[in-house]
Amino acid sequence: MHSTTSEPPTADPPRSLPPTVDQALKIAVVGGFGVGKTTLVRSVSEIRPLNTEETMTRAGTGIDDLDGVEGKRTTTVAFDFGRITLDATSVLYLFGAPGQQRFWFLWDRLFSGALGAVVLVDTRRLDDSFFAIDRLEAQGTPFVVAHNDFGEGAHTLEEIRAALDLDPQVPLLRCDARDRGSAKHVLIALVEHIRTLIAQAPR
Amino acid sequence: MRRSHRDESPDRLYVITSGRSDGADEALDAVTLVVAESGPTPGMQSEHAAILRMCRGPMAVVEVAAHLGLPLAVTRILLTDLLDGGRITARHPRPAPSPAHPLASPDVLEKVLVALHNL
Repeated sequence: MHSTTSEPPTADPPRSLPPTVDQALKIAVVGGFGVGKTTLVRSVSEIRPLNTEETMTRAGTGIDDLDGVEGKRTTTVAFDFGRITLDATSVLYLFGAPGQQRFWFLWDRLFSGALGAVVLVDTRRLDDSFFAIDRLEAQGTPFVVAHNDFGEGAHTLEEIRAALDLDPQVPLLRCDARDRGSAKHVLIALVEHIRTLIAQAPR
Repeated sequence: MRRSHRDESPDRLYVITSGRSDGADEALDAVTLVVAESGPTPGMQSEHAAILRMCRGPMAVVEVAAHLGLPLAVTRILLTDLLDGGRITARHPRPAPSPAHPLASPDVLEKVLVALHNL
């Protein structure tokens, strides 16, 4: 599990946003536990990734709700995020979030309005990504899949695409989340994919 | 701001929000940018004062929550108090893509691409 970046943050990045910033964008980085979401965010973020939590209370109708007390449960999930100031008026926030099914209803709100998503996969635990991919497809949220290569190198991208049953249109690429250039390449692939989708969309 | 409420009990969170669990401005997205319009005043609740100090320049709601060490939901309630009192203003993300129109405008994408290439 990666917990360090390959290069330290350069200089002293500004903590404050330009006073003229008035538009914030977001991109979600989803994946299973330990796949390197925070590492990827850290590699490109101008601030050390920050952490907070989202909570949601909903009716306790779940089948695993055995306590039988009242009708409400609160679910809390922590997530990390970083940011990239784009220019004097815009900033991009990157959210790293666990993609498993039990967390997804929280992301519906957190990710609403996101430009798109990066699904980070680890071939040792591809199962963790199935639900996220299904959900993003259902929502119509543009996404790319990035295989964070831990050096196991045993699978080709074609094999991973087949195992994930991934639509041929969805870009799938390899990355090293610890490497700034590689992480940047993943984000660029996502934005270029979104641009292609827009060009194809009926006007 | 240095104090973290992360490990504090639900009771403490209850006190911070005066027992409220809803009533937060629904328009406050995680990336809505908030800016203080005035400084803290004596006697103000410490969390409100901390927000006003950290938001001298624009800061996203999610970042305010992280610096306060409070959950987003609690932070939204505190920010709504300050919005209602005119002590902060909000710059909401625009035009929020909807499920029907999830894609950003080409000029926004171009801007993102340029910035990413320049990273």
